[in-house]
Amino acid sequence: MTEAPFEVKTLEIDGREVSARRGQTILEVAREHDINIPTLCQMEGLSNVGACRLCLVEIKGSNKLLPACVATVSEGMVVSTNTERLQKHRHNILELLFAERNHVCSVCVSNGHCELQSMAQDQGLTHVRMPYRNPNLPVDASHERFTVDHNRCILCTRCVRVCGEIEGAHVWDIMGRGIDSIVITDLHEDWGESSCTRCGKCVQVCPTGALFDKSKIGSDHPKYPDFLPYLNLMREAR
Amino acid sequence: MTIEELEQIAKGVQLENAKYEYEVNVCMDLACASQGAGLLRDALVKRADASGKKVLIRKTGCMGPCSSGPLVRVDPDDTLYAKVKDSNAEAIIKSLGEKPVAELQCDLNEHFDKQVRVVLENAGHIDPEKIDDYISRDGYKALLTALTEMTPNGVVHRITESGLRGRGGGGYPTGLKWGTVAKASGDLKYVVCNGDEGDPGAFMDRSVMEGDPHRVIEGMAIAAYAVGATKGFIYVRAEYPVAVSRLTTALREARRRGLLGSGICNTTFNFDIEIRLGAGAFVCGEETALLASIEGRRGTPKPRPPYPAVSGLWGKPTLINNVETYANIAPIVRSGGKWFFNMGSERSKGTKVFALTGRIKNTGLIEVPLGIKLWEIIDVIGGGVPGGHKLKAIQTGGPSGGCIPADMMNLGVSYDALMAAGSIMGSGGMIVMDDTSCMVNVARFFVEFCMTESCGKCIPCRAGTAQMYTLLTRICEGTGTMDDLELLIELCGTVKDTSLCGLGQTAPNPVLSTLKYFKNEYLEHIVHKRCPAGVCNIAGATAAEPAPAEVLA
Repeated sequence: MTEAPFEVKTLEIDGREVSARRGQTILEVAREHDINIPTLCQMEGLSNVGACRLCLVEIKGSNKLLPACVATVSEGMVVSTNTERLQKHRHNILELLFAERNHVCSVCVSNGHCELQSMAQDQGLTHVRMPYRNPNLPVDASHERFTVDHNRCILCTRCVRVCGEIEGAHVWDIMGRGIDSIVITDLHEDWGESSCTRCGKCVQVCPTGALFDKSKIGSDHPKYPDFLPYLNLMREAR
Repeated sequence: MTIEELEQIAKGVQLENAKYEYEVNVCMDLACASQGAGLLRDALVKRADASGKKVLIRKTGCMGPCSSGPLVRVDPDDTLYAKVKDSNAEAIIKSLGEKPVAELQCDLNEHFDKQVRVVLENAGHIDPEKIDDYISRDGYKALLTALTEMTPNGVVHRITESGLRGRGGGGYPTGLKWGTVAKASGDLKYVVCNGDEGDPGAFMDRSVMEGDPHRVIEGMAIAAYAVGATKGFIYVRAEYPVAVSRLTTALREARRRGLLGSGICNTTFNFDIEIRLGAGAFVCGEETALLASIEGRRGTPKPRPPYPAVSGLWGKPTLINNVETYANIAPIVRSGGKWFFNMGSERSKGTKVFALTGRIKNTGLIEVPLGIKLWEIIDVIGGGVPGGHKLKAIQTGGPSGGCIPADMMNLGVSYDALMAAGSIMGSGGMIVMDDTSCMVNVARFFVEFCMTESCGKCIPCRAGTAQMYTLLTRICEGTGTMDDLELLIELCGTVKDTSLCGLGQTAPNPVLSTLKYFKNEYLEHIVHKRCPAGVCNIAGATAAEPAPAEVLA
């Protein structure tokens, strides 16, 4: 028996019957059906790492939470994306992020255009109970066009992935481990001295004010990550 | 190589050994070596030569009771000497053929009687650097039997039948895992041995790799035959240089004997093994991180599925097992699945090696049938808590495990019973704690370990363990509040539920289990600003006074 070119799966997300292709992730299917699952590290056009844990969803019959960005659908799956348990965990994860480094929105270049900020607003986060860690982190402004402020970084690794997977330069990477991890350029050289191609893709995909364009300081600084799926589409078409 | 040739080698070793009247085995494992076993061995050789007696001095792997080291066992009388110094060499050699040296003899009968040695059957009996010693004790017979008399499916079936569960800690049924990899499609498959033992207080895998390296190699070769793999990797942490050198020697010897390489034992089976060194990251003991590290990438875990059995090393089906799991394979193939199945408790079969450490008389390496009661391990094998102190708790499973209080010593040691008690079997670390240990401080120690060993990929583990550590430090220093405790408990829930890999998911266990059984100690620190065990340095602490009952309720 030959396998069908694609197989249709039906499942339930938040009480709605939805259909999906085999191999699709829960997140893809949810978005196709306008069901919002919060994400921070995920970005359309980049590989999924399942690191931010905000997209965790509950599956009926299992106590284990699954990351919607990498978990694939299966027949008859019953998914809940917004239970009380999940809301509590999302609050805690966002609190952990705010307390981890120095996220002071009022003096951030990305104020008003920050995914972390709007995520906190969407999730109804009003205050942080955890002790702020206030680490002493550097700002690297050696690049002629861009700056990296490690105080705003949430280690989502979008910059690492876009540089390696899309630009093909692999300038960004992670150094250190655990709470001491930081993003670095090349082998921890100054960004300005690194092999950076100055394409600026990392700045556009950065969800916070960690990577920003120097020329935009003092003005509104929205980011435009929408180029990514378009770029991928054009590449595939060639 | 054929069975006959193996037997010939074994016979050769026996003939060689028969030339000697006495065998003096000197434990050269790390604990004994660091107490002067090397000097002792040299002295023994010198004295033996001078005496004119026919004595074989053999250096062996770990004999078990490390706290009594350096250890020497004299055969054929099976006399065990403890705490032997090089100055005792003359007396030992002189005693051969006469009465044993009474003042060195140790009474460890109770220590050994309760033990059943499967994985450690050769430990203390063979020179780990001599393949012929291993062969003389039925070594590589199982591999030959598997290759010449069994189908790959038959091997998988025998392992399944034995009921063996993964010895790395998770307890996943080994036969099921092998079956999955065997069924996975693909011409190229890998077999990986996880020797990245990193739990504080655990040294089971090191002792096996150092004391009986061929056992691991044989287990891997049988596994490779069963699942259809041609290439193997042993991932050892670089902090184990002796294990690395013994394994390297063992691999070379096995290749020389035609037990690794192409056309093994005149069959069409090809298999070889490479050693890869870990660079000191605890998280690389997690299987997906370990595979990433072997591939030369940053050792960070990735979400499963896909499981390594389907997509592992370089995207190929990969079988990954712990050192001790592989060490169990040869005896199972040799003696049959039923033999193994008949040992142990209802759902945990066979034996388990534990590294017994902490406040206990006989620290060292033990191997016990699963289902054994905890008190038997502590009081009989371990010889009890020394110094007139009282047993308080046993910590099992390393930083992923928990503390079992003294009043639960009737618990049978099995995967499920330990899990139900809020701890885990883990890879086999067992740390005994007495009344001088502060349980809040113990929890803080393990959380600190997880914090520094977190890879930093996912938020709950990276930032969550750091916050847990801050809150526990506050409590230990006497500045913690009840709000801190509440937040700590909530954080434990989030880190446990949402972390990406096992390291984060189990990091709260030491906190949760101490909270479950020793909540009063947390409250003492918070409410009365005092540490009942006197470990934590709390400024301005009041004199030890029992807390009112209502606070402890």
